[in-house]
Parts: sequence; structure tokens; C-alpha cells
Amino acid sequence: MANVLVVAEHRGGDLRKVALEAMSVARSLANAAGGEVHALLAGPAGIADRQVQLAAHGADVVLLAEHPGFTNYNGEALTALVAARASSGGYRAVVISASVHGRDLAPRIAARLGAGYAADAVSVAIDGDRLVARRPINTGKLTATLTIAGAPAVVSLRPGMFPVVEQPRPGRVERIEPVGDPSTSRVVITAVQQGSSAKLDLSEASVIVAGGRGLKAPENFSLAEELAGAFGRAAVGCTRAVSDDGWRPHSDQIGQTGRVVSPDLYIALGISGAVQHLAGMRTSRTIVAINKDREAPIFKVADYGIVGDVLEIVPALIAGVREARKGH
Amino acid sequence: MGRSTVKIAVCIKRVIDMETRFRVAGDGASIDETGAKYDVNDFDSYAIEAALQLREKAGAGEVAIVSLGPVAVQEQIRKALSMGADRGIHLAAEKVPADSLAIARALAAELKTAGFDLVLFGKMSIDSSSQAVGPMVAELLDLPLVTAVSSLTVEGGKGTAGRALEGASETLSFPLPAVLTIDEGMNTPRLPNLKGIMAAKKKPLESRPAQLGETRLSTTRVELPAERPAGRIIGEGVAAVPELIRLLQTEAKVL
Repeated sequence: MANVLVVAEHRGGDLRKVALEAMSVARSLANAAGGEVHALLAGPAGIADRQVQLAAHGADVVLLAEHPGFTNYNGEALTALVAARASSGGYRAVVISASVHGRDLAPRIAARLGAGYAADAVSVAIDGDRLVARRPINTGKLTATLTIAGAPAVVSLRPGMFPVVEQPRPGRVERIEPVGDPSTSRVVITAVQQGSSAKLDLSEASVIVAGGRGLKAPENFSLAEELAGAFGRAAVGCTRAVSDDGWRPHSDQIGQTGRVVSPDLYIALGISGAVQHLAGMRTSRTIVAINKDREAPIFKVADYGIVGDVLEIVPALIAGVREARKGH
Repeated sequence: MGRSTVKIAVCIKRVIDMETRFRVAGDGASIDETGAKYDVNDFDSYAIEAALQLREKAGAGEVAIVSLGPVAVQEQIRKALSMGADRGIHLAAEKVPADSLAIARALAAELKTAGFDLVLFGKMSIDSSSQAVGPMVAELLDLPLVTAVSSLTVEGGKGTAGRALEGASETLSFPLPAVLTIDEGMNTPRLPNLKGIMAAKKKPLESRPAQLGETRLSTTRVELPAERPAGRIIGEGVAAVPELIRLLQTEAKVL
């Protein structure tokens, strides 16, 4: 009862960063329980190539299911496959990323198994015969500790909260058969519209530059884009007010009802810091805020605040970051 | 096009007002709700509106509201009825359990034989935000599931839904009956008017005990989050930029 099963999320043939974050957590849980990490990889023919990456990030075993029905996310077939494996015995926990698809998958698996499910965890540990997870509740104003009895326990992990760690293991491949025919699922993804491929997604970015109404006009988001560009691996987000006004796409909105992010560095430009917004970014490691209003609530959570006009300060900041990163 | 009939259940949750200054209760594992205000969970309002629009488009049918919790949840069921839903079902429980699967089991037991074409949920509750009960109900009832639906059309026993992903979006097709969880912003939830409020008082609202069953998950502690170090204003205007760069390099080590 000591092994940990982790579902490796992929898109377009590549493992997602959240899959590697889940590997780190699975590895530390398996180490604590004295068991193995089994990474379940279900995808189209060729997905087997990702075995190397899973092994490098701590997989003792890669459970490989290749089938064209797993090309896109297939909730029904994946639930059946993961639940069948998880109930085959020996698993202490099932670990899944709390991505859009992970949040679809994890509760279904828990229901199928009759297991306890902790969603969107920011920490997970094994405590005797229990699994203990912590998660923010009530827009991040409170933290709840959840205790799950029985095995396996199912847990999904808040994206960006856990490190990606290289820790090579054998990653020996064990092929597993789909349960039923994955191409006959009732729900079918008929089209996938990719966002701009040049654009780094918020969940993949280690630096996020976010803008609010204080940027004054949609065209001033070019300053946010430019600052993100100066950092390199950065993405641009926004507040709900800005996306509601149509300045930026809804998918860029950070907050309780939008995206929840935890980058290494979060730079808030002209954002006052409404509760709604703070709930989506307060777990960021370092927070910088630039705002003209000294009393703005964002300054209460900002590690480094500058009071002043964003439109004047950001160009100087862009120049400073470029200078500091010369040679990168 | 002839009239068709659509039968929809919308599962809603009574949630505490998020502007509340939260205090931890004496047991250290729950919230002190003294004097708190409540409303229908934001996301559920979009699900209610979606159901009403589908019933109006079909020309006939029924929208039933289901909610689990103490007798006070009848207030939120009445609000949904005042928006235009037809009847309410209150699954009585002393409190809403922390275990999503216990909630899902009680809802599934209620919905199992009721013959709904669609069972709708809000994508998440604004308080616990687990996004778990809807998918679990789908699983327990063995119904097709689409989560985080941001656009929806239903016709001739089939549906098409849109869903936003991280940096992409997808289109899904599904047969009825199905379970859907509705994202915010899909529509503009109507506000109850006086006529609706008066009519709601006469609409049927049944109450019966929730069949919660066993729970495997419990909340063992609730606490205020570890406070970030108090915010620090390092300066004003462009003049503060060099100091910020220095701190990002030497202290935060992110540059």
C-alpha cells in the first residue's frame, strides 16, 4: 500500500509542466511511504517517447497506454483506466494536477473508487494511515487542512505550487490496456483551438506581469508585454475589471473566478488588489506592485511596492531588467 | 419547429458572503458564521440562467432546483424559484459535509430516477472551490460529463459545449442526458422581479433528509493563512527602480 500513482498530463504530445510538478509530489509521497512512483501515460502512438522525461523526474514505472482515443483529453476512458489501475491494489495515493482537465478527471476517479478527494492542494503529506492536504478556501482568506482516511486517497495539486525536480529513476515501461474502447466515449472533443503558440501560458510562466485599470487604456498593455519580454519566461495576465471591459481576453484573468497562479515573481501594474484578485495570486513567491495610490490593498501583500505612475515607471523598469539580464 | 420538452435539474449551494471578515470557530476546524450573510453561489446563478434559457427555447419543460444543507438553504432555493425555476427540492442535512463524495451520493440518490435531460452545476462553489460534486454525480449516475462549460447549445437530444483551457480552448459534443458544470460569464443571470418573488412563494418546495452515507474526508483544521511579511513600499516613482532591481537580484533572487 505504499506506491503512488500519478497521471501524466500532456497536450500536443508534450508533457505539461504541471505533470512534472505532480511527479515531484508523487516522488516525495512515495519516499515517505517507502514505495514506488507509477506514472500513468495515456496518449496516441508515439507518446511512449515521454517515458524518458518521466523517468528523469522520478518515475520508477511508466504505465503506458497508447491508443488513438487518448490523443485529446478523454475523461471517460481515462477515468476507467486510472480507476482500474488504482483499485488493483498497492496504491496509497493518486496524484493529479488541478489543471482544467485534472479537475475534470480527479473527482471522477475518486467517485469511481469511493475515495476521499482533496482538490487544489498546496501541500500534501502522509501521516500514518492518513493523507493530509492543505488548501486555500474562501478566496484564500482561510487555509483548510483536510484529512483523508483509507487508500488510495485522490489529490489534485494547485499548478505552480510545487517545484519541478530532476531525480532520475529507472522508469521501466509497463504497457497497460485501455478499459473498454477509448474511441467510443460519449463525450467527444471535436475541436481544439490553440492559443497563440508564441504566447507562454500563465500556468507555465515563472514570471507574470499583470495589469489592471491603472494602465488606463488597452494599448498600454504593450508595456506589460514588453516587461514580460525583458524577463524571458514570462506571461501577461490581467484583472477581472480589465477582461470584463474587453481590454484583454477572459482567459488572461487572474483571480478567484479566473486563473489561480503562483509564479516565482508576480508584478502587479496599476492593480488595486481587490479580494477577488488577491485570491488568484497571493501564493506567488515574490510580489511587486506599482500603483499610484499608496493606500491600495495590493501594497499589503507586495514584497516590494513602488508608489507612482505605472506609465512612467514601467519603461525604466524594462530598461533596468534588460540591463540586469544582459548575457542571458 | 414544434414544442419540445426539456427537464433540467440545477444543483445549487448556499454560500457565505466572501466580503465577510472570516474568523475561525472555537473548534479550530470550522468558520465562525455569527452574523454572516449568504447568497446563491455566484457560479450557480449562471447554471440557473442557462437552465431557464433552455426551457424557454424548448417551449416547455421544467427546471427543478436542488440544494443540500440546513433548512436555511430554502432561502436560496426560493431565490432560484423567483428567477423562474419551477420547483425546489431541499435535501436536509445539519451541515454541508466537507467530503464532496458524501454530497454527491445524496444528490445522485435524489436525481437517479427523476428522468432529467440535464443536471447542471456551477463550475465551482466560491467557498470551498473543489469543483468536485458535479463530476462525482456524473460518475455515480454514469452520465456523460462536461465541466467548465463556457458556451452551450442543445438540440435534438445532443449538445455542444465550449470550454476554456490553459492557453487554448476546445469544443465538445455530448448526448443527453448529461451532467454539465457551468463557468461564469456564459450568460447574464436575471434578477428576480417582484412578480417572480410573489410567484415563488407558491411554488412547490419539498424537503427530505439527505442520504449522505459514509465520509472519508474531514476538515481537521481551519486557520488564517500564513501571513505574507507585511507589504513594503520601497520608494516613489522612477527613482525607486534601481533599488527594486537590486532587491530582485540580491534578496528575491529572481533576476
